[in-house]
Amino acid sequence: MGAGHSHPLHLPGASVVHRLPAEVKIVAAFLTVLCVVATPREAFWAFGGYLLLLAAVWVAARIPPGWMARRALIEAPFVVLAILLPFTGPDPRFDWAGMSLSHAGVLGAWNILAKGTLGVLTSLTLAATTPMRDLLLGLQRLRAPALVLTIATLMLRYADVIAGEARRMRLARIARGHDPRFLWQAGATARGIGSLFVRSYERGERVHLAMLSRGWTGTMPTTGTAAAARTQWLAALAVPAVAAALAVTGLMTT
Amino acid sequence: MSAATEPAASPTAAIGTTPSLDVRGLDFAYPDGTPALHGVDLRIDPGERVALLGPNGAGKTTLVLQLNGILAPTEGSVAVGGLPVAKPHLQEVRRRVGIVFQDPDDQLFMPTVREDVAFGPANFGVRGDELTARVAAALDAVGMAEHADRSPLHLSGGQRRRVALATVLSCDPEILVLDEPSSNLDPVARRELAEVLLGLDRTLLMVTHDLPYALQLCPRSVVVDNGRVVADGPTRELLADTEMLRAHRLELPFGFTLA
Repeated sequence: MGAGHSHPLHLPGASVVHRLPAEVKIVAAFLTVLCVVATPREAFWAFGGYLLLLAAVWVAARIPPGWMARRALIEAPFVVLAILLPFTGPDPRFDWAGMSLSHAGVLGAWNILAKGTLGVLTSLTLAATTPMRDLLLGLQRLRAPALVLTIATLMLRYADVIAGEARRMRLARIARGHDPRFLWQAGATARGIGSLFVRSYERGERVHLAMLSRGWTGTMPTTGTAAAARTQWLAALAVPAVAAALAVTGLMTT
Repeated sequence: MSAATEPAASPTAAIGTTPSLDVRGLDFAYPDGTPALHGVDLRIDPGERVALLGPNGAGKTTLVLQLNGILAPTEGSVAVGGLPVAKPHLQEVRRRVGIVFQDPDDQLFMPTVREDVAFGPANFGVRGDELTARVAAALDAVGMAEHADRSPLHLSGGQRRRVALATVLSCDPEILVLDEPSSNLDPVARRELAEVLLGLDRTLLMVTHDLPYALQLCPRSVVVDNGRVVADGPTRELLADTEMLRAHRLELPFGFTLA
């Protein structure tokens, strides 16, 4: 692991997109996804337009399409449902390549696939250009609930600590000849997860004590940061503006 | 018991100065009734470095948690720099008592070193340039300035320990309290930490089992067992008293002797 806290969804860089403040990018991504969702599924060309729009952002952010495509595979398990729809959907049906497909089912599958993929790609673009820490700071500046942010900040730090603990416990089990191949051998793993839970709970209490000792009163101190400039908002909101134009045209033409 | 039960004269002790830490007749029992501390008296003057020795379960950590009001005494009192530890000024007490906990992973909870070091002073109302300067000075003091933007996850054990120390140094405490500072450190990290601590020139209370470390860092030691102070004196004298050490489940590591 290198310096900082890199996560697999982040592509370090210094492009225009990377340099935009996180809160600006969060708002832009959120609005873009809203536009995508609001577009009627029959407006096929509009979805092509969204993809082009995202591709333009990737060019600006210097994100290779292949890098993006590999990470978009996270969507695969959710797509399985969509693939079933054409076969299970209601009548009327039509024959294609020897299969009987439901007309509504095909459209439904397309709807899920297109909007889901664009949503994933938009989130991935946000994640690729914004370090986790900045995302949290951005949410803080957008006045997200303090408790949620505190929990997310602690998770950001302790997810890796707990994963490390789980790894050591697994090694210790393997070192004593544990080799679970079948479900009925999973007992030791399950008990390991149980004790990991208890340990994490105890750690939570110790962390809380340590925080109290340094004057914690229940809210994260805000260490004032500069607000985003108007030009930065304008630059970032250009993306959802184009998306909105596509959505509105889609709504009017179908 | 040794003759060393009367407090040792510290180099800086002078009649009339306000002690950094003044614990008087402290009794404490846990809510379930388990007694933990009995009539503990402990006075630490500004600039003193004191080791708090004792076997596991002697009440050392319980005593530490009394010092900043996380646990409240059943009987007796604690004062830090003349300020009694009580509800109305708990926040100021917590600024004055800088506790470095045993596991740095419990102490360092923010995503980056810099934010963690800023957490304490920000809670105590320090902002802006002053905060930046405090963080820089604290990280400098422990030799971790160049790691300010890293995650604690990617630091070595010794580095984490030094950052944990920086997180309380940035609060500018009246007294530093370290819980087992040398545990889990390799010999080099242990020596580096000792050098940092010796260079700080602050009042120090160090809870430890590590008797050679106590000898290296603290001219005075206090032995606690069964919730009572059983010995208080110059570290070298206490550690030479093998009878007393044995009576309280303490011993020097193999090969160490003090004449």
